[in-house]
Amino acid sequence: MEKSNLNEKTIQINSVKFHWSNKSKFKLHIPELSVDKGEKVLLLGESGSGKTTLLSLICGFLTPLSGNIQLNEKLINDLSATKRDQYRSDNIGIIFQQFNLLPYANVIDNILLPLYFSKSRSANVNNQRETAISICKSLRLPEDVVNMKASELSVGQQQRVAVARALIGNPPLVIADEPTSSLDTDAQTIFLDLMFSQVASSNSTLLMVSHDKSLSSKFDRVIDMKNVSEKE
Amino acid sequence: MLLKLTFNSLYARLLTVAMTVFAISLSLMLYMSVEKLRTSAYTSFTDTISQTDLIVGARTSSVQLLLYSVFRIGNATNNITWESYEDVINKKEVAWSVPISLGDSHKGFRVMGTNSEFFKRYKFRGGQSIELEQGNNLDDLYDVIIGAGVAEKLNYSVGTPLIVSHGLQSFSDHDDQPFRVSGILAKTGTPVDNTVIVSLEAIEAIHVDWSTGAKIPGQITPVEEIRQMDLSPKNITAALIGVNSKLQIFQLQRWINEYPEESLSSILPGVALQELWRIVGVVENLLLGISVTVIFTTLIGMTAIIFSSLNERRREMAIWRAMGASPKVVIGLLMLEAFIISVMSIIVSTVMLFLTLYVLQPWIDNTYGILVNIETLAVKDIYIFMLFILSASLVSLIPAIRAYWFSINDGMTIKI
Repeated sequence: MEKSNLNEKTIQINSVKFHWSNKSKFKLHIPELSVDKGEKVLLLGESGSGKTTLLSLICGFLTPLSGNIQLNEKLINDLSATKRDQYRSDNIGIIFQQFNLLPYANVIDNILLPLYFSKSRSANVNNQRETAISICKSLRLPEDVVNMKASELSVGQQQRVAVARALIGNPPLVIADEPTSSLDTDAQTIFLDLMFSQVASSNSTLLMVSHDKSLSSKFDRVIDMKNVSEKE
Repeated sequence: MLLKLTFNSLYARLLTVAMTVFAISLSLMLYMSVEKLRTSAYTSFTDTISQTDLIVGARTSSVQLLLYSVFRIGNATNNITWESYEDVINKKEVAWSVPISLGDSHKGFRVMGTNSEFFKRYKFRGGQSIELEQGNNLDDLYDVIIGAGVAEKLNYSVGTPLIVSHGLQSFSDHDDQPFRVSGILAKTGTPVDNTVIVSLEAIEAIHVDWSTGAKIPGQITPVEEIRQMDLSPKNITAALIGVNSKLQIFQLQRWINEYPEESLSSILPGVALQELWRIVGVVENLLLGISVTVIFTTLIGMTAIIFSSLNERRREMAIWRAMGASPKVVIGLLMLEAFIISVMSIIVSTVMLFLTLYVLQPWIDNTYGILVNIETLAVKDIYIFMLFILSASLVSLIPAIRAYWFSINDGMTIKI
């Protein structure tokens, strides 16, 4: 894997603390965590270990009670909610575990949705429709899929469309929250290979969450929540 | 793109949305129908009499005088003598006058004695004159002209003989002096349609053998003899008056009200109509209240529908947020939905209203004498629509704010 600059950090987390006001038992404390630019990182952890909460913090949905979160050397926890939303739109492609797409919209509209909210990602795409079709082809989606309603696709196809949407406009960071959990083993391998190749061609950083340790070998680095978070 | 996706979202829930739109449209249509009928009824009501400056009768309330002289409802407290009437019409301010004599009936329809001036001077619906549709004027003493409603309900035609009954609910008929239908008036949508019109002389003629409201026992004057008698009216019930100059109305009114020889009342028809409408208006306010309640209920229903779909759409909200949509956009999306639903409801209700009115207009006119204007929407309707859209958008804020909190708290964790 060729990285553009090993010293550049896409994600840099320092002394981040967070807890939900209504969940007194759950507390998250990450003393230090960083992801280099271009890295493919697997974040492993059991259910309830705080993986998704950590992703929500990185994406700017949540703000830490203390500590710093930097994305591309930009401190995002100091930004206003509106600016965090904009920053997320400009810099992060998100893939959920499942039900990633607006079911009533067609595939093209789903893929182009982030460009509506991000001028910078939109500026990276010359011909939006052609680019979306091209990514779909690269992800080996059938040609006629682009005009189909999202609800008409198989789960595997939906996940690949979610990858296309996450990558359109070349965001610096792609965050995937257990995107393979609803796929069988063969489909998982195909999906991950396709996602990796597209992430690489976009020169994006990938942070994927899973509780499946067998996927570890496919990533540049594996971070276990047990090792990065401290119990309080 | 947001608009397109909102339409797609609504289309994906077509059945629910269509039923919501239909429910709102029905309530809006109910409101607009009531409003149309109310304004049309008001117009028809106030147009019952026009261009008459004063109505004169025996001393009574303005509403009662209006009711019996124009609407043929109720009875006069007293008559006015012909001398008093002549004193009034001889005033220089009076341009024209129509004497009216009421009190008898025919099969439930009021009989009104008057003279030829009535056909010239009585105006309705902004100045329209009454016209004979069939037959002739009152050429003979025993001729009657009947309104369109009388002709239709009793199936009378020109030449049909009829007997006038004494009083309104009397079993005594003036059967010794039969009348004949000489003419039938065109429909007016006013109480004239349900009136049997005879000459003032005819009213005198049928009461030749009557004294103080009762038939004189054993006295039957032959018709031919009656025809030779002086049948000049001695009393009338009321008179419609037109003045030379509108500036003289109040002056003449005061003079009549202070007339020393007899207790008289003179009223301005427009003012009395307004007074009367205020009494009738209780019903219209009730109807209006019901319609507004229905609209309000429907708005709550729409909110409930948006609310109930909110939980299942929580994942959709999370997708929007993940793409960079701020919580405000999420609020905006739900408000946009409510806006589209309300606009669609307005369009559907307007089309339904006009189709219904187009079909029912002739029936409403024939049955109730109310000419419903179906040509345009009133400015008030536009205001109501705008108010409705605003209300719908505002009530949609309730589920929208709920979605706002969902979208802030859910983040990457979508709880369903």
